[in-house]
Amino acid sequence: MASSYNAKEEDGHHSGASSGAGAAKNRKPDNTAFKQQRLPAWQPILTAGSVLPAFFVIGLIFIPIGIGLYVTSNNIREFEIDYTGESSNSPCYSCAKNVTWNSTEPCFCTVNFTLERPFESNVFMYYGLSNFYQNHRRYVKSRDDRQLNGDPSSLRNPSKECEPYRTSGDLPIAPCGAIANSLFNDSLVLYYIDSNNSQSEVPLVKKGIAWWTDKHVKFKNPGGNSNLTAAFQDLGHSTAKPVNWRKAVYELDPSDPENNGFINEDFIVWMRTAALPTFRKLYRIIQKKPGATPTLPSGNYVLHITYNYPVLSFDGRKRMILSTISWMGGKNPFLGIAYITVGSICFFLGVVLLIIHHKYDNRNTSADIPS
Amino acid sequence: IDTRTVYVANRFPEHGHYVPQRFADNRIISSKYTIWNFVPKNLFEQFRRIANFYFLIIFLVQLMIDTPTSPVTSGLPLFFVITVTAIKQGYEDWLRHKADNEVNGAPVFVVRSGSLVQTRSKNIRVGDIVRVAKDETFPADLVLLSSDRPDGTCHVTTASLDGETNLKTHYSVPETSVCQSVSQLEALQAVVECQQPEADLYRFVGRMTVTQHGEEIVRPLGPENLLLRGARLKNTKEIFGVAVYTGMESKMALNYKCKSQKRSAVEKSMNTFLIIYLIILLSEAILSTILKYAWQAEDKWDEPFYNQKTEAERNSSPILKFISDFLAFLVLYNFIIPISLYVTVEMQKFLGSFFIGWDLDLYHEESDQKAQVNTSDLNEELGQVEYVFTDKTGTLTENEMQFRECSINGTKYREVNGKLVPEGMTDELGVLLANTFLRTGEELLFLKAVSLCHTVQISYDQSDCLVGGGDPFSHVNGFSSNHMEYYASSPDEKALVEATKRIGVAFTGSNGDTMEIKTFGKSEKYKLLHVLEFDPNRRRMSVILQTPSGGKVLFTKGAESAILPFTTSGEIEKTRLHKGLRTLVVACRHFSPEEYINVDRQLNSARTALQQREERLQEAFNYIERDLQLLGATGVEDKLQDKVQETIEALRLAGIKVWVLTGDKHETAVSVSLSCGHFHRTMNILELLQQHSDNECAEQLRRLARRLKEDHVIQHGLVVDGASLSLALREHEKLFMEVCKNCSAVLCCRMAPLQKAKVVRLLKTSPEKPITLAIGDGANDVSMIQEAHVGIGIMGKEGRQAVRNSDYAIARFKFLAKLLLVHGHFYYIRIATLVQYFFYKNVCFITPQFLYQFFCLFSQQTLYDSVYLTLYNICFTSLPILVYSLFEQLVHPHVLQNKPGLYRDISKNSLLSFRTFLYWTVLGFCHAFVFFFGSYILMGEDTTLMGNGQMFGNWTFGTLVFTVMVITVTLKLALETHFWTWMNHFVTWGSIAFYFIFSLFYGGIIWPFLHTQDMYFVFVQLLSSGSAWFAIIIIIITCLFPDVVKKVFYRHLQPTSTQKSQVMRGGGAGALKTSAKWECVMASHLQVVAWEPL
Repeated sequence: MASSYNAKEEDGHHSGASSGAGAAKNRKPDNTAFKQQRLPAWQPILTAGSVLPAFFVIGLIFIPIGIGLYVTSNNIREFEIDYTGESSNSPCYSCAKNVTWNSTEPCFCTVNFTLERPFESNVFMYYGLSNFYQNHRRYVKSRDDRQLNGDPSSLRNPSKECEPYRTSGDLPIAPCGAIANSLFNDSLVLYYIDSNNSQSEVPLVKKGIAWWTDKHVKFKNPGGNSNLTAAFQDLGHSTAKPVNWRKAVYELDPSDPENNGFINEDFIVWMRTAALPTFRKLYRIIQKKPGATPTLPSGNYVLHITYNYPVLSFDGRKRMILSTISWMGGKNPFLGIAYITVGSICFFLGVVLLIIHHKYDNRNTSADIPS
Repeated sequence: IDTRTVYVANRFPEHGHYVPQRFADNRIISSKYTIWNFVPKNLFEQFRRIANFYFLIIFLVQLMIDTPTSPVTSGLPLFFVITVTAIKQGYEDWLRHKADNEVNGAPVFVVRSGSLVQTRSKNIRVGDIVRVAKDETFPADLVLLSSDRPDGTCHVTTASLDGETNLKTHYSVPETSVCQSVSQLEALQAVVECQQPEADLYRFVGRMTVTQHGEEIVRPLGPENLLLRGARLKNTKEIFGVAVYTGMESKMALNYKCKSQKRSAVEKSMNTFLIIYLIILLSEAILSTILKYAWQAEDKWDEPFYNQKTEAERNSSPILKFISDFLAFLVLYNFIIPISLYVTVEMQKFLGSFFIGWDLDLYHEESDQKAQVNTSDLNEELGQVEYVFTDKTGTLTENEMQFRECSINGTKYREVNGKLVPEGMTDELGVLLANTFLRTGEELLFLKAVSLCHTVQISYDQSDCLVGGGDPFSHVNGFSSNHMEYYASSPDEKALVEATKRIGVAFTGSNGDTMEIKTFGKSEKYKLLHVLEFDPNRRRMSVILQTPSGGKVLFTKGAESAILPFTTSGEIEKTRLHKGLRTLVVACRHFSPEEYINVDRQLNSARTALQQREERLQEAFNYIERDLQLLGATGVEDKLQDKVQETIEALRLAGIKVWVLTGDKHETAVSVSLSCGHFHRTMNILELLQQHSDNECAEQLRRLARRLKEDHVIQHGLVVDGASLSLALREHEKLFMEVCKNCSAVLCCRMAPLQKAKVVRLLKTSPEKPITLAIGDGANDVSMIQEAHVGIGIMGKEGRQAVRNSDYAIARFKFLAKLLLVHGHFYYIRIATLVQYFFYKNVCFITPQFLYQFFCLFSQQTLYDSVYLTLYNICFTSLPILVYSLFEQLVHPHVLQNKPGLYRDISKNSLLSFRTFLYWTVLGFCHAFVFFFGSYILMGEDTTLMGNGQMFGNWTFGTLVFTVMVITVTLKLALETHFWTWMNHFVTWGSIAFYFIFSLFYGGIIWPFLHTQDMYFVFVQLLSSGSAWFAIIIIIITCLFPDVVKKVFYRHLQPTSTQKSQVMRGGGAGALKTSAKWECVMASHLQVVAWEPL
């Protein structure tokens, strides 16, 4: 815009003076709706009159929705037990004291608990960690999605983002990075204590806990799912297991080749980093039993824990959660409350506006525009 | 070298020492770039902008250190912004190239090797002999060699250079003027020596050495020998000239100056807001850095077993780490500075300004002129004007002088159908009488005086009428006088000469020192002896003529006050004309032969005096122009333009103060002021006139101030004249300003051009810093047009000077009302909302990211995926605001124009006041908190949101916040939109749809070139959760709901007048289409209107 000079002006020609009446009026702007800013348009105005119905409608829709959501959420059974063992009277106290990364011996502890009411339908078993920053930047980026997708070159030469968990000695680590390295490795087994005090194991399903797309597309074993040992060990270049792991990635679930290696579901679940420092991850699913018997009848249970994962060093907590699920997920009263609140406020303000509309509107719109 | 030596036709001396000089070629270059330097030069210029430079720095920081986002996230938007701007500038430059090529490629005729050759303008070299034909412009600065006239003169008009429309005569050196053909020119041996190029149009010093028959004749050259590039040849069939200054060295090109950049108030507040945001950014970054170190003081937080650092990280120096942490936070939050703000504003201004040119209401049918936008930078300033300074002649009036009446020897005459009719007679009788009665004595003398005492030139329309040769008189006889057109420097003179022609005494031409008139068909020749030129101090001009009978007579013409004191005979008392007319008094003086000899001697000695020539000339003039015999007076009317009164009234209602600044005399100015409604009859008119001393002036000012205080009930108008004004401004600026501010109308008369600019500057710099607008049509208004915040040129009769220096040009004064009240209002609302919205949406964007740091140990983890970070400003939220800012109309244009009071609603930059800025910023923060904590409560309860019990991760959380944000931010704009064209619908819903489609696509593929696949199926998983949908809806409603409530409450409890007029119109225009729901809303609305007591 700086240069206003226009060479064409040089001839100082302006048609007003020199083009006579005979010349066409070619400079006349087109009389189109667009150029004259007369496009057809909807011109809403936010007045009490126009928003009143909206308020009432929102109020009338939201309150029932809110009540529905709240009831749904309330019908969900949830049971949570902390088994960290930081206090001396806790059953896992000694484990918590003794377990470190280097310990080779697993530590076992058991926790007893009672379910007051039976859990119907499918029950989902979660483990929860607190004060665990899976969302730390250094942690979040410390992975190699190419390697996890089965790319052989990344298997041999993991991404630099994996540092300092990239190589172990001379060997590349598979799976590399801090996330994989810190894989949660407690194992939880649930027993039901029936009336004659005998323990029966509750069957836990370990499939279907990871996103389908993760398991089938995003995560892939190098060289297919058969013969994982060869893929990770031989092929002319072997890989090392992550330093904190007790067993290699191809030994995660030797019993099921569809759940072993990179496509092990516990591993995939762990690899989806949590948004906040207190989080839950789906551990197992307790399938609904056929017939009318509840999945988890009320009564006493015992949780057998293989305590491998030390959390006390960072003031962490470990929990086991049992929860039923509705169509909208787990227990979450927030949505219901929010809908009820907003709906009520809308309705209330609708009433207030109605009053304003009647009382003030006449007076104000009739006042003249000052000039 | 101080001089340049030009060999005519480049015939260099064959022997002797000759050093060829290098001159520029005749190419005019107004373009800034060439193909080769476009990229580096344009980049350099763009990065000189603070905002672009800032983002470049951020980009470089991202390249150099480990930052949370990849360099692409800021590099891509920057690239986008730079590219868009470069395309725009490239396009503008291409237009300039095209214009340049047109000028440079124009065909010209040059004498080369003995014949006339057609070539392109750019090929003219210094020394070439150029032929220019009638009505062509000169392609370079030429020294006139010869014309087709025997005396070697030609006429030119310089309207495009200095705005003067009169014909000027230029001369050639006698030795060359005989060379009227190519062959004669071929034989010409001449050298021109002249000064180096300089910008002054009126200065040229040189000499020409012509070698004839072996002897050298030296002739001086002055400006009257130089034909300037850009001027136009008139009245002469063809001329030959030698090019002395070419291309960028021509005086016209040297006079091209960069217009000083005017910045609008909006831009200034935009920069203030940017600085505030920069401070917010810096403090957020500093706070985060400090908190990071506070929270990570312990190893168990900084480096727990699961998240070890690398060796390099552990070993880097703490200071370096601190700095790089700070920079990383800066990068993380840098999007709070809206990168695309500038480019959007620029696009909005560029595209939006087309509407002014397209407006049919600003199109003037008669002259086929539409409004013209010279700079789009000031569109919104049109909505902020507080003072309008307007020129009178040609702006308020047509500048079309119409002879109305005259007074001859005490009798008043009106002109009716080309006849002078004495006052008081009916038309028909008068005409009959006039035919017989007018031919005698004083009347005739008066008419002759009027038709002889002037400096008018004649142009003959048909070029072939000059074929025969030099004597113009011969053609006049052969052709009807309709073909001649008068050219005069003052429109009054032209009107007078035309009037006498109609009445029967026609000026038919001048040739050298002979003037010819035809009195009722009878031709008379007068010998022009002397011209006593007009000057503004004397305010009169005279000619001394030898009558056909041999007597010497002086005719003089000038302002009443300049002539009446010197008259000794004639009907001095009775010579009175209507007050509103521009009056000129005509007088004469007959010299006896002895007297004339004395006069002649005095004049000649004064003219040839070497010292104090000016003073001596004045003396001589005063000596000659006395003992006058009053012949009569002429009254010329300048018609008011259409609808001036309504326009001024509308501006006043809009709260704009109108000042009229004119060079005219006090009486005329006041009468025009009254007739155009600037002054009311009921106004008390205060005067500050003819103050000669400082004390007097101060005393008068104090008196006026007292009077203003005493009766503040009625309106006051102030009349100031130039002389008093300069006194008032010198010492008593404050007092003067106080008086002015309390007057509702101010009229300044007798103003010099620079004084006009001074008045504008005075108000511009007064403590309130009001926004000023100057409007004018002539070269004398240019300084004030350039001085004011907004300069408007009227495309009038006085050349294009004002138009070219203006920011906007319109054909008529009345268009000002629509330009300000409608276009100004719209542009202001649009750009103000645009700016505020941009800051708002970026606060919404970045604040969740800041809040997230509290939950991730200030590790600089981003909340959103980097693709979202990149595309938020350039794809997801860019178009709705652009379309809004192009089409928004919050009130119907007719309402705006009919209720000028609405203009007050936006005065004083009210939509960009700190309060509104605070509102938008706080709103942005509030919305950001709702997005973030809404999502946090939903997901932070760490329950699953899916029906299959599976869990979400951090990317899903970020995507949820982002989705809510994109929708809310788009809907917030939808709430602000009052004018929903199909384009608004398209871009608003289209943007949201695009976000969804893009996210599905982006998350649906394992991208081979990305090294993380964080977003894989995240969006689909999010949408497959019912809770997420409910959460999205409730969060959006929660954000927008209070805003709607606020709007409704304010509208009903404290409505602005704009809002009231929306309601009025709403009732009327309710029949406009759309959904049934709206119909019912409208229906309830109509009821509201119906309830009003009438």
